Amino acid sequence: MSLLTNMFVSSPHGNLGLTTNQMMRIVAYATLPGLAAQIYFFGWGSLIQAILCISTALIAEAVVLSLREKPIRRTLSDGSAMLTGLLLALSIPPLAPWWIAVIGTVFAIIVVKQLYGGMGFNLFNPAMAGYVVLLISFPVAMTNWLPPTELLQHPMAFGDAFLAVFTGFTYDGYNLTQLKMSVDGITMATPLDHFKTEQILNYTTTEILNSPLYGEYGGTGWLEVNLAFLLGGLALLKLGIIRWHIPVAVIGSLGVCALLGITIAPDQTYPLSFSLLSGATMFAAFFIATDPVSASTTNQGRIVYGCFIGVMIYIIRIWGGYPDGIAFAVLLANMCVPLIDHYTKPVTYGHKRRREAKS
Amino acid sequence: MSNDSNVADPIDDLVDNDQPQASSFDWRSITFQGLWKNNPALVQLLGLCPLLAVTNSVTNALGLGLATLLVLVVSNLTVSLVKNWVTKEIRISVFIMIIASFVTIVQLLMNAYTYELYLSLGIFIPLIVTNCAIIGRAEAFASKNPPKEAALDGLMMGLGFAIVLVFLGAIREVLGQGTLFDGAHLLLGDWAKALKIEVFKVDQAFLLAILPPGAFIGMGFIIAGKNYIDNKIAQRQASSKPKKSVTRARVTHVN
Repeated sequence: MSLLTNMFVSSPHGNLGLTTNQMMRIVAYATLPGLAAQIYFFGWGSLIQAILCISTALIAEAVVLSLREKPIRRTLSDGSAMLTGLLLALSIPPLAPWWIAVIGTVFAIIVVKQLYGGMGFNLFNPAMAGYVVLLISFPVAMTNWLPPTELLQHPMAFGDAFLAVFTGFTYDGYNLTQLKMSVDGITMATPLDHFKTEQILNYTTTEILNSPLYGEYGGTGWLEVNLAFLLGGLALLKLGIIRWHIPVAVIGSLGVCALLGITIAPDQTYPLSFSLLSGATMFAAFFIATDPVSASTTNQGRIVYGCFIGVMIYIIRIWGGYPDGIAFAVLLANMCVPLIDHYTKPVTYGHKRRREAKS
Repeated sequence: MSNDSNVADPIDDLVDNDQPQASSFDWRSITFQGLWKNNPALVQLLGLCPLLAVTNSVTNALGLGLATLLVLVVSNLTVSLVKNWVTKEIRISVFIMIIASFVTIVQLLMNAYTYELYLSLGIFIPLIVTNCAIIGRAEAFASKNPPKEAALDGLMMGLGFAIVLVFLGAIREVLGQGTLFDGAHLLLGDWAKALKIEVFKVDQAFLLAILPPGAFIGMGFIIAGKNYIDNKIAQRQASSKPKKSVTRARVTHVN
């Protein structure tokens, strides 16, 4: 029991010498470049959401643990609730109202994680399940990303962001819709969202990409955020916290799909750089899909799992109703994990594969 | 082929096995069975499809609950009346025909008197025919008991089902729209417009509660709540009456 609670690392169980708490903390530190980039490009809202989500997560976890009569202090200090809150905060729009963060976090911690038995027993990625609950419940608020700060008409200070999150209005009395107006008075959405809407209006890719929203590669701001998450993810790989299979499979399969799309229908699909460096692609590949509890546990299985996520992200982005499909892709893949694990069971050392043994 | 002991409701056999069954009119036990102990929605988990699909508001839930209740009472009564003339081989089809004719009557009544509710419940009114709670009671209880008991069982099972329906509908309506009894006039007539309660005002509806996943989650919490209460009662009985707890312990153990 103590082994389980203190050492929660993904297989293979090579000794990293890290406790769960240290692991979770390293993952949390690795998200910092991404968080910093989000704050730089999308304002202080991200930081407020992070604080709000983490504190809600800790409170919710403590309440459930006391109901379940489990050791509160020890379980809270493993950092998993903190990380769930942080990951959820990074996925929701920076200026979403405070109750969105609270509902999502409470659902993620209580229903998705603790009702299934707590740390290590959850079938689904708590942060993503919480995100999906929010997305299908409050579709408007959850897609209300502000355009990057440099395109904003009304620049925002920390106090403005704080007021916007908790009251819905900034210090000067602007609400979210007014804030979304860019310099030239056009309401802005995220690049993926914008692309989808314009495409329904039958614009071609080249025409759509002329908007200042897109910048050079993945959309202004979004490119840098993705690169920052990539940086953090590479650090995690270097430290051996995650293994290469899932990120490589996610990015690789998404890239292959994007290339196929460009070849077949260049004017209806996203360019490759846009596929890989916009939305939450890098965040998902390194921080969401690699969750040790809900991901596949065999090396072969991880590749299948990652490829499934990558392909599903592309399918949902192109044909789905939502602009980005990472949360849905991850949850669908979580459902397949028992099956994937069953068929990719590694052969015990010294034994032969069944097929070879037969021949 | 199958004898009675095979098709009998196993839960029915297990509870109250300290008293002889059906020798006298035991209305207290039948009521308790239907409303709580053997509640069709919470314990038998029958008829989940309409239960989960239409409980997005109290009005819808109440409408379907009443329709089911009505069908359950008369079908139980009819099945019990004809049980001696229906041979075992064809009993299921006869039961289905009985139920289907009553559902048709209810459907026509709702079409005539509560037209808007009829539209909003849609396919789920004809689907009452396939509600396992009804065919289950016909098979497990009404076909083996006298008419009076069968009718009471239908009433209590239907009531238990309807109460859970309305309860779930209330939870989902409050969470989803912040109202209660919205649209009750569709079912009860114009005076019921005054019933509408606005618990709180929402700018954005909490869609999860209104969508089907909310029904599953809400249902899970209600079942958990019932089990929690049952456990508490069992604990209290075990601690307060050590002498009696011996017989109780045997019952729960068999269960």
